[in-house]
Amino acid sequence: MSANTLSNEDLTGFRDIQRLAYDCAEAVAADLQPGVSEKDVAKKMESWLMDHGVDDWFHKPFAWFGDRTAFDGFIGFKHLGGFNPAFYPGNRRLEEGMPYILDCAPSRHGYTADIGYCGVVGENKLLDQLMDDLLEYRILLLEQVRQRLPLADISRAVDSLCARHGYEPRHKAYPFETLAHRVELLKDDGKQSHINLAHFGLRNIRELVAGGWGMLKGGDSPIWNSGKRADHAPTPGLWAVEPHLGFRGTGAKWEELLVVTETDAYWLDDDVPHVRRWQSRGLWPLEKVA
Amino acid sequence: MNEINRTITVNGVNLHVREWNPEAQPTIVMVHGYPDSSHVWDATAKLLAERFHVVVYDVRGAGESDAPKHTKAYSLEHLAGDFRAVINAVSPKRAVHLVAHDWGSIQSWESVSDPAMASRIASYTSISGPSLDHTGYWIGQRLKSGKPSEYHKVVNQLIHSWYIGAFHLPGFAPALWNTGLDKLWPSILERVEGVGEACPNPSQRKDGVTGVRLYRANMSQRLTAPQEKRTTVPVQLIVPERDKFVTVELLDDLYKWAPRLWREDVDAGHWLQVSHPQLVVDRVSRFVDFIESGADDNEAPVALRRLQTDDQRKKYSGKLALVTGAGNGIGRETLLALAEQGADVIGIDIDPVALDRSIELAQLLGANAQARVMDVSDAAAWEALAAELEANNDSPSILVNNAGIGMAGPFLETSAKDWEKILGVNLWSVIHGSRLFGQQMAKAGRRATIVNVASAAAFTPTRTMTAYSTTKAAVRMLSDCMRADLADSGIRVITVCPGIVNSGITDRSNFVGQDEAGENQKRARASALYARRNLSPKAVASGILDAIDGSNDEVLVGVEAYGLNWLGRFAPKLARRIARYDLAG
Repeated sequence: MSANTLSNEDLTGFRDIQRLAYDCAEAVAADLQPGVSEKDVAKKMESWLMDHGVDDWFHKPFAWFGDRTAFDGFIGFKHLGGFNPAFYPGNRRLEEGMPYILDCAPSRHGYTADIGYCGVVGENKLLDQLMDDLLEYRILLLEQVRQRLPLADISRAVDSLCARHGYEPRHKAYPFETLAHRVELLKDDGKQSHINLAHFGLRNIRELVAGGWGMLKGGDSPIWNSGKRADHAPTPGLWAVEPHLGFRGTGAKWEELLVVTETDAYWLDDDVPHVRRWQSRGLWPLEKVA
Repeated sequence: MNEINRTITVNGVNLHVREWNPEAQPTIVMVHGYPDSSHVWDATAKLLAERFHVVVYDVRGAGESDAPKHTKAYSLEHLAGDFRAVINAVSPKRAVHLVAHDWGSIQSWESVSDPAMASRIASYTSISGPSLDHTGYWIGQRLKSGKPSEYHKVVNQLIHSWYIGAFHLPGFAPALWNTGLDKLWPSILERVEGVGEACPNPSQRKDGVTGVRLYRANMSQRLTAPQEKRTTVPVQLIVPERDKFVTVELLDDLYKWAPRLWREDVDAGHWLQVSHPQLVVDRVSRFVDFIESGADDNEAPVALRRLQTDDQRKKYSGKLALVTGAGNGIGRETLLALAEQGADVIGIDIDPVALDRSIELAQLLGANAQARVMDVSDAAAWEALAAELEANNDSPSILVNNAGIGMAGPFLETSAKDWEKILGVNLWSVIHGSRLFGQQMAKAGRRATIVNVASAAAFTPTRTMTAYSTTKAAVRMLSDCMRADLADSGIRVITVCPGIVNSGITDRSNFVGQDEAGENQKRARASALYARRNLSPKAVASGILDAIDGSNDEVLVGVEAYGLNWLGRFAPKLARRIARYDLAG
């Protein structure tokens, strides 16, 4: 599938499910109270989405609180290749001033989104700074994809921006040090639910594995990171991009779909919570990356 | 300076009072501890009397004051009554500044936390004498917490207070003082406490024998049934870190009782007014001047403001740290780690944008952080910085000489200018910083640490990094010699030898003897190697902090640093053979 083959109707479908996912995060976030656990919140997001017609997942909702937003501790760059049970929602309870991240990837009628939303109950200056700085990554990524630079180079540019900011690129704690991954259009088979394994939806993962197989046979990588395999121009299609910054136990991210065509690229939707936040803080639009 | 002797009588007990410079204002009253008399203040009193009206007196039972027979007459209430009578006599109108040591400090807490006395005491400098009531609460809360680590603190304090139990044994302490301890006491002070030339105290036997009643009259009652003693009086704690009788943990809860609290830990033993009179004089004068100025707490001189303490107290609270090359890599991470642990930090770098970012992050971590843009190879810039700190009576407790540049290429193609540049940044900066701030540290009387960041290259010959390795070997030897020299001044010197750290140093390294394209290519290759090794600057920073807290004088970071060190030591011939290969090329 390439973006050229995605119809306007398809793009609308993807945009709708991304909005739904962000609506879910905002609705659940609005009700967050100190004392609630990661598992409670993840479950709440799951039922909210199911109530709104979600029939499959790329992955079921995750929630991380406190220093788990920065994957501090055991999750290292190399531990278990990043496949780590610590990603799954745990019993950590939310406290006032504690940062949190909500991450969910629902599918509906074959359209999939993958979003990341962060916030805090109360105030957290470090989190504010991280969330402000995340703007530069959104601009840098789009600029360099438009220049059709190799994906690995763009990922390394993200790494250097992190170094300049004094942050750690914590998306490197994800499987395969993923800065972004492909999202494919699934068949709308009309079923109410689909099989998932250990929080991951089988159909979406099958697409990703197929992409990986294609890569081994000489095709492009379905995973966008700093590695050699991603040393090629941006592949047309949809990419769920998720820069994740960490600073001494506080982490922040956003995640949204980037549309790449043969010649151009654009964010599927500018009306997302983090962009609205930058607007309200007078940071948007930013002229250029530092 | 003339000493004026007088006697003040309180309920029939005659107290022997001495004062200097009665025309001056304000008045400083100093209260001695056990087993001393007011003579323990002689050195400090004479120095302070150059500017202030200074008063000392022999506590009842000590020196030339009367010694009532009944133990009850030594209760804190009576001792506070004596103090009140003395200040009413020597400074009837104006509040006095109180300075007290050991039992003098213990008894003074009684006056300081008496609301009726709050207007009579302008400030309180307390040395090695916690309030018995605060201590009672401190012990009670730790025992209630149910945590083994808290129990350990209590046991530790009880071990330091072994003599108190002994003092409750009938006849024990008096017998010791009567059988020669009084004569031995000056040499005990000299040998055990490091008090140089302790003068024999004419009333030593009486002070030792009678003073035991202080413990018997007050200890058990106050510790087991403590009262809530709060005070609004500004309190300055001077904490001698080598005190054998009071542990520093005992003071951790003090802010709850005395919210206007300044605390400085100094490198001295229990009798610091005898061993370090000038240090005590400096601290007391600074505090008295500030309180007399009437300024807000946040307008205090910077070195004093740093010492103000609250419930947010952390490991490096009250300390100033200087870090060079703080704009990125190891320097930035070290700056942030120190900031996170409560230190005030000054970051030094030549790149203003990178440095500003580091400072912003340090401030986000809650630190008081300042940027200093300068070229570390410039002696004049260092002197200006040192002079600025000195003008504020300020000085660092920690200096991290981290700034460094990389350079690679054949020796014969390395120009004199290349050499000057790398020697300036990598070696001269360490010399300038250590020399100027080492002088300040030696003077300040606190424990201080200089950390010099060398490299595994310091003990690893290579044909490709002659200039770099030479500067780092020099830094290592410089540190080894400084360590030996500065040990007597209480300054520790730590050498850090990291391996291949992904700090961005390769992006800024010079590769001499190359055209621009060749240099870029070499640089990219080196950067890729460093990225593959992926040893983080954070790992080095945490190695540095571990060394500051611990006792290692040389820290290796990264497995390659250990391997190369081993190779150089046990297989030097092999190391020299390997040096001939261009491994990075």
